[in-house]
Amino acid sequence: MATEIHAVRRETAAPATGRPAMPGLLALAVLLLVLIAAPYVLYPVFVMKVLCFALFACAFNLLIGFAGLLSFGHAAFFGGAAYITAHTVKVWGLPPELGILLGTAFAATLGLAFGALAIRRQGIYFAMITLALSQMVFFMALQLKFTGGEDGIQAVPRGHLFGVIDLSQSMSMYYTVLAVFLFGFAVIWRTVHSPFGQVLKAIRENEPRAISLGYRTDHYKLMAFVLSATLAGLAGGTKAIVFQLATLTDVQWQMSGAVVLMTLLGGIGTLLGPVVGAALVVTLENYLAASNLPVPVVIGVIFVACVLLFRRGIVGEIAARFGNKRP
Amino acid sequence: MSTIFGIPPQALFGQLLLGLINGSFYALLSLGLAVIFGMLNVINFAHGALYMLGAFVAWLLLTTAGIGYWWALLLAPLVVGAFGVVLEKTLLSRLYKLDHLYGLLLTFGLALIVEGAFRHFYGVSGQPYPIPDLLRGGQNLGFMFLPNYRGWVVVASLVVCLATWYAIERTKLGAYLRAATENPVLVQAFGINVPLMITATYGFGVALAGLAGVLAAPIYQVSPLMGSNLIIVVFAVVVIGGMGSILGAVLTGYGLGLLEGLTKVFYPEASNIVVFVIMAVVLLIKPAGLFGRER
Repeated sequence: MATEIHAVRRETAAPATGRPAMPGLLALAVLLLVLIAAPYVLYPVFVMKVLCFALFACAFNLLIGFAGLLSFGHAAFFGGAAYITAHTVKVWGLPPELGILLGTAFAATLGLAFGALAIRRQGIYFAMITLALSQMVFFMALQLKFTGGEDGIQAVPRGHLFGVIDLSQSMSMYYTVLAVFLFGFAVIWRTVHSPFGQVLKAIRENEPRAISLGYRTDHYKLMAFVLSATLAGLAGGTKAIVFQLATLTDVQWQMSGAVVLMTLLGGIGTLLGPVVGAALVVTLENYLAASNLPVPVVIGVIFVACVLLFRRGIVGEIAARFGNKRP
Repeated sequence: MSTIFGIPPQALFGQLLLGLINGSFYALLSLGLAVIFGMLNVINFAHGALYMLGAFVAWLLLTTAGIGYWWALLLAPLVVGAFGVVLEKTLLSRLYKLDHLYGLLLTFGLALIVEGAFRHFYGVSGQPYPIPDLLRGGQNLGFMFLPNYRGWVVVASLVVCLATWYAIERTKLGAYLRAATENPVLVQAFGINVPLMITATYGFGVALAGLAGVLAAPIYQVSPLMGSNLIIVVFAVVVIGGMGSILGAVLTGYGLGLLEGLTKVFYPEASNIVVFVIMAVVLLIKPAGLFGRER
């Protein structure tokens, strides 16, 4: 395992530790401005989709980029939360904020169970176990009564946030989603730059050494897994409210693959990479859906190209080119 | 006795046979995965797609060239194996010095490409493939009816699994292979062409998947999606068995197929997830897998 972690380190551009570097802050400020202005230029639902997937990819990246764990089952948390949120809001009549909260709590619980099992093995096995467990969630979503089988849960009311803000207005929905995204992003930022994040990076770099320094690495890995699953759930629950829909697509293994691609394309282990990757993949899917090209083939080709040619991803390559040196 | 545990014996044995058939495919596929993993340290995500490719090659041979089942049984694995050799030579071999996870990601991308391409051209609906004349009909065993073709699949996969085990564990070539798995540098120093062995191993592993695809074609319909759902179950099988031993992979494959069949009889709702539940239990009790060792 030690050698594997070494390889990850060499391939991923480590983010600024301690005080964030100036270019990073600048990029963040630009991103924030773009996101605030975006719905006036672009179709708001499209940007909301990008934001949901960006949060999902950031959550996934927390695990692979900072703890060195490749989960191939994150669709279970994203889709599972989407189902719970959709059900509680539509059938139980809960307000959207409570529905999202319950969905997120479900993802956290699921993350605790899956994480506890998966961290018993490492590397490739970890990926296979998470994939198999998430497939179990898929079959449950297919068979259980409340999930609606092939149809999923449709026509979920958006409702009123805190009983006041009418979310059926696309602008108020947009800024709610933006707030959720920024909250999730801030949590990840804070985690990565905290002592906890430093220990995670130490585990990624050299787990036996972290153990020898007295860290109970399994606890750290599990905590990272639960945090990642929780934020993936937050993204999934929000997505269910935005699209008023929870379907099998959300829990399918292709969804787990898509989030891996977003992160890989944007840059594993960079904070902004997953956001860029998610924006690109969602845009691409939108364009391809209108064309005659087979989507999975194009996605697969990008996957292969990323793995063979630029493993640092777009943001990782830019950071490596333009000096963002490791402090 | 007309029932066993309240189940008519016809239904029980019928499902057990179905389980044994599924188990044959689990065994063939997890055997290929284990052989490839042992040599390349790569988990071949494209295995399911190549299984599908095997079935499609057989179907295309029949529909376009009129070449029947028996030739397909020989030709399809060769085609799939050759395709695998090309993949290994051009793509996979660039990643050996990196983290093994990149091998997984690459083969995942390849699986998407192969599957997506077939979906694009042939749609998602299945194409029927006829059972060869020689194996039509069935035997009445007294307690159940055994279709000839299903019996053939079980026997054929058992023979292939045992032959592979024999070749790896009991022959000189197999000894080289095992030695190269342990220490490739030393084996290469003895003048054995290790890169060639790696390529050949990958080709052989995916040829097994192609063979499984041909065997499956008359039972399940030939469809672009036939591999992707199967491969995830096979991953669970591999986690349960551990990839340390060839025989272990085969035994786990058959065992889980049977168990799945039994679940279909007694609690059908859980039959899709029983393998995953067993995986979770095995991880709790013996994390390295039933036949595995920690690497």
